[in-house]
This record gives sequence, structure tokens and C-alpha cells, in this order.
Amino acid sequence: MSEAVLNGVEHQHDHHPTGIKRWLFTTNHKDIGTLYLCFSLLMFFIGGAMALVIRAELFSPGIQYVDPQFFNSMTTMHALIMVFGVVMPGTVGFANWMLPMMIGAPDMALPRMNNWSFWILPFAFTLLLMTLLLPGGGPAGGWTMYPPLMLQTEHALPFVIFAVHFMGVSSVMGAINIVATILNMRAPGMKLLDMPLFVWTWLVTAFLLIGSIPVLAGAVTMLLTDKFFGTSFFDAAGGGDPVLFQHVFWFFGHPEVYILILPAFGVVSQIIPTFARKPLFGYVSMVYATCSIALLSFIVWAHHMFTVGMPLAAELFFMYATMSIAVPTGVKIFNWIATMWRGEMTFETPMLFAVAFVILFTIGGFSGLMLGIAPVDFQYHDTYFVVAHFHYVLVSGAIFSMMAGAYYWLPKWTGYMYDEKLGKLHFWLSVVSVNLLFFPQHFLGLAGMPRRIPDYSTQFSEWNAISSVGGFVFGFSQLILVWVIIKSARGHGEKATAQVWEGANGLEWTLSSPPPYHSFEVPPKISRS
Amino acid sequence: MSDFVSNRQIKALILCAGLMPATALAEYGLNMTRGVTTISREIYDLHMLAFIMVSIIGLIVFGLMIWSIIHHRKSKGVKASQFRHNSNWETVWTIIPILILLSFAAPATRTLIELEDIEDTEMTIKVTGYQWRWHYQYLEEDFGFFSSLASDHNEARQKNSGIDVSKIENYLLEVDNPVVIPVETKIRFLLTSNDVIHAWWVPELGWKRDAIPGFINSNWTMVTEPGIYRGQCAELCGRDHGFMPVVLKAVPQEEYLQWAKDMKQQQAEAASGVDREWTMAELMERGESVYTTACVSCHQANGQGLPPVFPALTGSPIATGPISDHISIVIDGMQGTTMPAFGEQLNAVDIAAVITFERNALGNSVGDMVQPAEIQAAQ
Amino acid sequence: MTDSDKAYYLPSPSHWPITGSIGLFGIFLGAAIWLNGATFGPWVMALGSAVFIYMLIGWFGVVIHESESGQYNDQVDDSFRMGMIWFIFSEIMFFACFFGALFYARMLSVPWLGGDGAGFMTNYILWPNFVDNWPISVTPDPTLFREYLEVVPAWGVPAVNTVILLSSGVTITLAHWALKEGDRKSLVRWLFATFALGFVFVGMQGQEYYHAYHELNLTLNSGIYGTTFFMLTGFHGLHVTLGSIMLVVIWARAKKGHFSEERHFAFEAVAWYWHFVDVVWLLLFVTVYWV
Ligand code: HEA
Ligand code: HEA
Ligand code: HEC
Ligand code: CUA
Ligand SMILES: [Cu+2]
Repeated sequence: MSEAVLNGVEHQHDHHPTGIKRWLFTTNHKDIGTLYLCFSLLMFFIGGAMALVIRAELFSPGIQYVDPQFFNSMTTMHALIMVFGVVMPGTVGFANWMLPMMIGAPDMALPRMNNWSFWILPFAFTLLLMTLLLPGGGPAGGWTMYPPLMLQTEHALPFVIFAVHFMGVSSVMGAINIVATILNMRAPGMKLLDMPLFVWTWLVTAFLLIGSIPVLAGAVTMLLTDKFFGTSFFDAAGGGDPVLFQHVFWFFGHPEVYILILPAFGVVSQIIPTFARKPLFGYVSMVYATCSIALLSFIVWAHHMFTVGMPLAAELFFMYATMSIAVPTGVKIFNWIATMWRGEMTFETPMLFAVAFVILFTIGGFSGLMLGIAPVDFQYHDTYFVVAHFHYVLVSGAIFSMMAGAYYWLPKWTGYMYDEKLGKLHFWLSVVSVNLLFFPQHFLGLAGMPRRIPDYSTQFSEWNAISSVGGFVFGFSQLILVWVIIKSARGHGEKATAQVWEGANGLEWTLSSPPPYHSFEVPPKISRS
Repeated sequence: MSDFVSNRQIKALILCAGLMPATALAEYGLNMTRGVTTISREIYDLHMLAFIMVSIIGLIVFGLMIWSIIHHRKSKGVKASQFRHNSNWETVWTIIPILILLSFAAPATRTLIELEDIEDTEMTIKVTGYQWRWHYQYLEEDFGFFSSLASDHNEARQKNSGIDVSKIENYLLEVDNPVVIPVETKIRFLLTSNDVIHAWWVPELGWKRDAIPGFINSNWTMVTEPGIYRGQCAELCGRDHGFMPVVLKAVPQEEYLQWAKDMKQQQAEAASGVDREWTMAELMERGESVYTTACVSCHQANGQGLPPVFPALTGSPIATGPISDHISIVIDGMQGTTMPAFGEQLNAVDIAAVITFERNALGNSVGDMVQPAEIQAAQ
Repeated sequence: MTDSDKAYYLPSPSHWPITGSIGLFGIFLGAAIWLNGATFGPWVMALGSAVFIYMLIGWFGVVIHESESGQYNDQVDDSFRMGMIWFIFSEIMFFACFFGALFYARMLSVPWLGGDGAGFMTNYILWPNFVDNWPISVTPDPTLFREYLEVVPAWGVPAVNTVILLSSGVTITLAHWALKEGDRKSLVRWLFATFALGFVFVGMQGQEYYHAYHELNLTLNSGIYGTTFFMLTGFHGLHVTLGSIMLVVIWARAKKGHFSEERHFAFEAVAWYWHFVDVVWLLLFVTVYWV
């Protein structure tokens, strides 16, 4: 059954089924990476379309288009899709494509399981999206699914819960595969501290996934049994506590946000040195910073729950722990700037997105830090200030880094350069509109606009209108990206060299563009500088 | 916090940072309110401290970056230097953020401790969240009332209502019965909920706190300036989460006492009349007003409900069937749905009135009625 | 073994993963439909399970075949090992979640409801009749959650079950030693003993559940004690069942002459899993039944 026992002597041809079977049955990391990335892009438009429903309704006060219940289910579905359907699969797609090439391996460690991790997702999201067609509509309790509200969900509840279980299975298998690949498939001689930073961030992310996703699975299982099997985890009348769910959810939820951002840090740490033509500053401290962010992320969860009425000591503890995350994150920001410092920079599209990432992520981090100050969070909590915070770190953070990565590696994947003019247009439209979209939300939140509301007091009209305009411009600008990808994939553009970028360094750039089917059939020699 | 940075210093810092003065920001609805309690002002100051510090850090960080972007580019003919690390600098940018964080942590700890100090309160108000209105119980005075979105606002906020909401003053931030408190009094709030989690929030008080079913959270406030302060429910609580405002009226002590006296009297009157025989017309009139405050949010003004979640009452088998079923669903609610048990929320007269109303209005014309005394017996 | 340092092993394209996804989709969809009360739910679920079991047999069949025909090298073996270790770690986190719920209830929510610390008002106003004493039999609202008569005492069936599981930990180790010494007969015998103990454990637990439901009135609906009791021991029991089935497979393979003295990853994976189940039980025994 094995396709090939590869070794240096015999040459293997890429024999694999063609057509649809190639994609359904593939065990190849590049094919699977492509599947992940395409899925992520598709979901981005679905989740984005939902965001545009939200923004359209919020364009002016009064209820114009949708029922409040449907609005809530748009908010809920938008977030679930963006988090679990866009950013996670997208970064796993990058990992699939790049990790084996970066560590000098022919493929992932467990290729068949790799296929399964991907081919769960379309089914899981079918289960989730189906709920929109059920009587009573989709889930509308927010992506955080707090009981008892979530338990009022009509028919959609078991569908959502099982969809989350299903996605969890995919994530955990994907993460296990990545750990095994990184720890076991490195080219001989490559030490852990020789690995590119993207590999490091993914190693740490994979541990976060394995440690936190099962907890989410447990949390939603408790929801299920509370609703259908008479348990009382979240019901005070039986001795439980609704707040227990919040603890369990955020024990997953906070590591989750670093699951979303650490790979983004990795991508940016590859791109900035390339375009500064200078080695990454402070490689070792970057590694340590990544690890400490990950460790800290498990002890800060209750900063999402400052207002539930925790004992004072707990509030203080979570406040201090939260603030301390700013230190390792700051180290990263400063190291990136030091990498740029006295470099020889050029600003192709990937670099533009990377630079915008550093600035806008930092702004999001600043508002995060402000949220971490417990007494002030009593004001900020559940307002648009929080919405502004997390969209800065997620959209102009995670999503921007994915854009940067897509432009950076597209020539490697397709063998053709992308259209630089269109790329720059995409960048400038995105960077201006994303700020128009999310910056005013800071003002809205501070002025007192709660989140998750379909209608608001007239004093919030102006900034909401501006935000909505920004949203539509940002959304439609993303069509340019699709066009750029299609052009490059269909071979319109200059032929890319193996190295693609003048300043690029690392094993992945020693392979042809596009790379051979089995990335490294012979383990490469590792030369240490 | 003023021990750390004085107000003058803050203003100077803002000017240095080239930003608009904080007061001006507040006037344009851009910034957090300073509020009307000492706590809210401390929180505001903390917010400004953090904001100014991160703005300064941001200016430095982004400034360096932009300087580098301008000067260290290939087109300028620079050659890349190849340095990889520098322990001194790395230490500096680890230590300085730690110091900055400590400077936030100290005042934040102080404010938090103050906020959690519930001792010596002079009066207590129990706030209960319902889908989707608030109930206030004055524990010492022993009276209470519901507070829901004002009915003209409720009409205007319906989809395609045809009402220009920009013409409505304080759109969505108006209630039928505001909660009234005396100024300069340390008041304890006990927060809980009847169904799902809500959060009670008036920005001018400086805090919000979750109202959790089955548990009681407490917090306190002492308002220094009389006025009307508006807030909203701040925890997603279902379909009409956006429509359960909080309106707090802070009044001088004497005015409060007078108000409390009136309230008590009103309540006694409202509950009376259980024993007497009510006419159809009386019940219908009272029923309509109960319906518009207690039932419309789900069953809608025309009785059509919002199927499949909220059933129509027009032609409903219960509202047009045997009256005993109708009585029992209104008194006991329906387990597992959002239909509340109104037996605990409304008095017998109101329940009798609303049931009679539902059976003889909203397109129904059953013709029967129920007396408050029968309701009391059923409870 | 075609072992070579430079050789990589790469499996060919496979239809098993997507078959598994279809099976799982059927199971989840069927269960969701079922919970919504539609009668065809169980059928969809059964169909999904059939596809899923077909996939398990097929996929494992392929892996076993490849393994036995010597296509796997040391690197593949290591990847499998890491896969199993981290899978077990994810299971630990899943259990941690439920243990967390138990500790939260015992140490925080129940005392608060009983008026402890910040919960004074909670008790005074909302649950004046509720007294906190773990294990709570009378819940804060006894009309909603059934009162139970008695808890399952630690020193009855659970203690016996502890002994059973611990001895099964010994027997599987004996099996491993036998395997390493090439003593196939003892290997098969000890494996048999291990899963037999596993099934006895499950059987006894089943009886205990029956007793709890029918005589003690202790059910999932008995408030937070019943909830945590059944959810923790239930998920554990499920894992013992799965582990026992895996042991049966290993036993059958051992009888067929699979595994060599040096290479027997599948055996070790199941053994690790078994030890994990064992340790979880010990924790359960102490925190759920005993203290
Ligand atoms: C990618 C995702 C991501 C990331 C990276 C972060 C990063 C951070 N987040 Fe954020 N957060 C979310 C996603 C993310 N968050 C989401 C989705 C929510 C809402 C969930 C919901 O309710 O739906 C949320 C909500 C949220 C809350 C709860 C708010 C509330 O509901 O009331 C808090 C509170 O503490 C918080 C804090 C932080 C902090 C301190 C960081 C830190 O990691 C930031 C650290 C970075 C910096 C500080 C900037 C760089 C540092 C320097 C330049 C050094 C010098 C700086 C100083 C010393 C100030 N976040
Ligand atoms: C990675 C995560 C991620 C991403 C990328 C985004 C992206 C966006 N988000 Fe989202 N958001 C969240 C995560 C994310 N969000 C989370 C976690 C919440 C909290 C949910 C909760 O409270 O429970 C939230 C909530 C949230 C709210 C608050 C809702 C509320 O509180 O009621 C708003 C409102 O403006 C919003 C807006 C947007 C917009 C405009 C974008 C834009 O970036 C989207 C860009 C748009 C597109 C890419 C669409 C392009 C579409 C077309 C061009 C049309 C063509 C269509 C097809 C071909 C199908 N989001
Ligand atoms: C929070 C939402 C909500 C409010 C407020 C509410 N109801 Fe209901 N009501 C419901 C729901 C949901 C049902 C459906 C229950 C079921 O499925 O059996 C319902 C059902 C009913 C029914 C039975 C209708 C039928 O045909 O099944 C009656 C009668 C009724 N409500 C009366 C009232 C009255 C009187 C009030 C106000 C005093 C009121 N309701 C306020 C949610 C609400
Ligand atoms: Cu009540 Cu939101
Ligand atoms: Cu967080």
C-alpha cells in the first residue's frame, strides 16, 4: 500500500490520482495545505458576509433589515466561523505547506491523519451552517455560548455542540501531527534552536491546541447534558453555577486567542528579516517570549470575567497575570523593530502587510492591556471597546499576517509571481478601511455602546455609520486578493525563481518553485552559520 | 491615583502627546465618562493614565519604526548591517515595560479594594434581571417595581415601524419606571436574575456587574450629584438584550423619602381590590396596560407573537380554550421556554386583567373573564 | 525490516479518512436529530456508526498490514508514539475539565449557595433552606432536582473495582515482559486476563449504576453530586470499555503472531492508554467516592 519508501538512490515519480480523487484521498502535505487555505478563504467570505449583515443593520439606528434574534445569530455564527473556520484552518494550511519544507522533510509525520484533519472540516461546518435553516434559526447566544441563555436555543443547540466537537477532533489531530512532524521529521542535524521561528511558533501553538481544545469539548458536553440529560452543572437550583461554564470556556478561550496569533507572529518573523535583508534580531529571546506567552495564557482566563463577581484575590491575581503578558509580547515587537533597524528594506506587499501587522497589532495589544486592568474593565467590559480590541488583534493582526504570508509564499506555491500592483492596491485599501472600520469602535465603546445589540441610541449614529462604510470597503477589497490568487495560480505572471525573494533564507527557498511533490526526498544538509 | 500623576501633569502629558484635551474628548462622546461617584472618577483617571502611557509608548515605538522605514531602505543605498542580538537593549525593553505595568497595578489594586468594600451601606436595593426588563426591590422600605423600555420607544424600535428614531429623545434609553436613589448615601446593590445572565450597568457609576440566576452579587455606589443617569443591560440575554435600559434618578434625600412614601402607597392601592368584583371594562383597561408592559416584548402588540419562538396569542388554543389552562400558564409559566411565571411578578389583579384582556382583544373574542379573587385562590 | 536511516516512509493516498468523516458526520447529525425528537435520528446515527466502524476496521487493517509487512521504519514508529502520547494528553485535559467542575462545585459553588463567604446574601435571600454539606442530597431547589437516598460508598464495589483495575495494570505489564522475552503463550494469557478484568470492571460498574438508579434514587438528575458522579465515572467507564476493546484486538493479533520482541508499538500504545485509564480511576476513587 505504501506509495514510496523514499531514499536517496531510487527516484520516485509523483504518482497520485488525478481529478477530484486527488483532493479527496490525498496524503500530500501541499495538497492538504492548499485544501486548508481554500477552505479558509471560502469561510472568510461566508463569515465576512455575516459581518456585513451586522454592519448593515448597525449603519443607522432603528431596526432596518433583520430581526434581533437573527442579528444575534449572525454575531454568533460570524465569530464561530471566523475563529474556527478561517484563522485556525488558514494557519494550519500555512503549517502544512511550509513546515515540512522548512525543516527539510518530505511530508508531515502522519500523512493519512493529516488528510482526515482536513476532511472533517467541511462536514463540521455543514453541521454548523445547517442550523440557519432550522426552525428557530441558528445559535444566538454569542460565540461564548454562555448558559443559561445558550440553553434556550431551539433546535440548533445539539448541532452547534456536535459541530464544535467535530472541529475539535480536527484541531487536536492536526496539532498532534504538527508536534510529531516538528519533533520527529527534522533533517538530521537540525537542532530545535535551528528551526525557523514559524516552526517554533507552530510547535508552541500545537501544544496550546492539545491542552485547550479538549477543555472546550468538555464545556460544550456539559451544556449538552444540562439541556438534555438533566444534569445541573450550570444550574444553581441543583448546586451548579452558570459561571462555571465561563471558567471552563475561557480556560480554553484565552489560550485560543494565542492559538490564533502565535502562528501570525511566526509568519511575520519570517517576512521581516527577508525584506530587511538582515537576520531576525534576538532569535533566542523570540523563542523564549513565545513559550512564556503560551504558559501565561493558561493562567489569565478570568480577565474575561472580571464582572461576574469573583473574590477580590482572584480578581487581583488575574489582573496581574494578564498585565504580565505585555512583557514577552513587547519583546517580540521590539525585536521586530530591531530587525528592521539598519536593514536594507524594500516594501513589497508581504512586507507592507507585515509592517501594518506590527503597528496595528500593537494598538490592539494596548487596548488589551487597558482591558486587563480590572477596575477599568468594569467600564469597558461588553462594550464596543472590547470589539475594537479584538478586531485589531484578529483582523489587522491574525488576518493581516495571513495576507502577508499568502503574498510571501504564493510564488513558492504556484511558481509564478503575483501581481504586485494589485497586491499594493489590496494592501492600501485594506489598511485604510480596516482602521475606518474598527478605530471608531473604541469611541463607541468608551461612550457607552454595549456589544451584541442590533439597535442603539442615536448618540452613537455617526461612528457606527463610519464603521459600516469601512466594513463594506474592507470586505469588498478582499475580492482583490481572490483575483490575485487566481491569477498567480493560473500562471499569469513572471516565473518565480527558487529563492523568490532576494533576502529569503531557509530550506524552503532551496527547493524549486513550485516545489517537487515530496518536498525533500533526500534530507538536506544543515549548515549552521 | 492623583498621588501618582496630578491632573495638571495629565493635561501636560496630553499636550505633549499632541492629543486633544481629555475634557474636550468627553464632550464629543469619544471618551469614557468621568461619572458621578468617587469610584467612577478613580476609574476614569486610571483609564486616562493607561491611555496616555500606551499612547506615549506607541508614539515611541511607531516613531522608531517609521524613522527606520524612511531611512533604512534599499532605495537609499544603505547596506544591511548584520547584528543579531544585543543583550543590553533586550534587558532594557524587558525592564521598562515591567516598571510601567507596576505603575498601573498599584493604583488599580487600590481602586479594586475600595470597590469591593461593601461595609457600612445605608440602604439596599435588590436588582433582578428578567428577559427583558429589570425589577427593583427596596429591601428596607419593602416595595418594588418593574422597569421596562418606555412603550413609545418600544414601538419605534420595531422593524419597519416607520417612526423616525432620531426624533426620539434618549432613544432606547428611557424606561417607564426609573430607579430612584438619594444622593450622598452609600447604597448597596444586590444583583441577581430570574432567567439568564444580565449585567446591570450605569456608566456614571463606574461599574457594571453581572446578574446571575441563583446567585447574588453585590456592589455599592454613592452618587454625589443629582441627575438622571442612563445605562443598559451589558450581557447578551437573548433577543431583546438591546432593549433593556437602566435609568437611574439620583435625587436629594428629602425628595427620595417623599418618592418612597408615594411608591409604597401606590403599591398598596394597586394590590388592593383583589376582593372586590371587577367589571369587564375595568379589567380590559387595566389588562391592556399590563399587556403592553409585561407581554408585548414576546407576544407583540398585535398578539401575533414571533413564531416559532414566541407563539401568537391571537387564536391560540390556550388563549381561546379553557380559561384554567390560560390561568395556569400565566401564573406558572412554561418550564423550558422563555414564558415566565408571572405569578411571582404580577399581583392578582394584574394577572386577572391581562388574561381577560388576551381573551377579548388581540383578535380574540372568547367573551369570558376572570376575577382577581379567583387568581388569588389559584395561587 | 527495510530499515534505512535515509529512507522516509510515505503512505499512498487513502479513502479511509474521508470515509471516517462521513461516518462521524452521520453519527453527529443523527444524534442531533434524535435529540430534537425526530424518530429517524437513531437510524441516521446507526448508519453513521456502521460507516465509522467499517472505516476503523479498514484503516486499522491497512496499518496492521503495512506494519506486519515491514514497511515502517523507526521514524514512523516514533511518529506513532508521539501521536499516541499527545492523544493521551488531550484525553487528560478532557478529564481535567470534568474534575475542574467537581472541584469548583465542591469548593466554590456549593459553599456559596450555602452562605459561605461572599455567598451570604445568595443563601439568605435565594436559598434560605439550603445547607451545604457535601455530598449534597437535598439541592437548593428540591422541586427541580431529585433527592437521593444514599451515595455509593467508597469501600464497596468501588474499592473492589480499584483492586481490579490495579491488578489489570499488573497483568498488562506481565504481558509486556512476556512479549519482550518472546514468550507468546504468556503474552496471550496475560492479555486475556487484562481485558477480562476490564470487562469485569465495566460489568460491576454497570450493576452499581443500576443499583444507584433504582434503589438509591441517585441519578444524573440528583443535582450537582449526581451530575459530577455520573459524568466522571461514566466517561471513565466509557474509556475502560474502549480500552478493553482495544485490548481484545491486541490479544487477537498476538494470537495471530503479530508483534516482534523489539517492535510492538500497537501493544505499547494500548498499554499506555490502559495505564492512563488506571490513573484516572485512582483520582476518581479518591475525589469522587472517598473524600
Ligand atoms: C488574537 C487574539 C488576541 C490577542 C493576541 C489578545 C491579546 C490580549 N488581550 Fe484580548 N481578546 C481577544 C483576542 C485577543 N486578545 C478576544 C477575541 C476577546 C473577546 C472575546 C469575547 O468576549 O468575545 C478579547 C478580550 C480581552 C479581554 C476581556 C475584555 C472584556 O470582555 O471585558 C481582556 C482583558 O484583560 C483582554 C486582554 C488582552 C491582553 C492583555 C492581551 C495581550 O496579549 C496584548 C499584549 C500586547 C501589547 C501590550 C502590545 C505590545 C507591547 C509593547 C509594545 C510593550 C510595551 C507595552 C506596555 C508596557 C504597555 N482581551
Ligand atoms: C478572526 C476573527 C474575526 C474576523 C476576521 C472578523 C472580521 C470582521 N468582524 Fe468580527 N467578530 C469576531 C471575530 C472576527 N471578526 C468575534 C470573535 C466577535 C464576537 C462575537 C460575539 O460577540 O459573540 C465578532 C463580532 C463582531 C461585531 C460585533 C457584533 C456584535 O457585538 O453584535 C462586529 C460589528 O461590527 C464585527 C464586524 C466584523 C467585520 C466588519 C469584519 C470584517 O473584517 C469582515 C470582512 C468582510 C469580508 C471579508 C466579507 C466580504 C464579503 C463580500 C465581498 C460579499 C461577497 C460574499 C460572498 C461571495 C459570499 N464582528
Ligand atoms: C420572555 C418572553 C415572554 C413574555 C414576556 C411573555 N411570554 Fe407568554 N409565552 C412565551 C413563550 C416562549 C411561550 C410558548 C410556551 C410553550 O412553548 O408552551 C408563551 C406562551 C404563552 C401562552 C400560551 C400560548 C399558546 O398558544 O401556546 C400564553 C397564553 C401566554 N404566553 C401569555 C402571556 C402573558 C399574559 C404574558 C404577560 C403577562 C406573557 N405571555 C409574556 C414567552 C413570553
Ligand atoms: Cu439583559 Cu442583556
Ligand atoms: Cu483573553
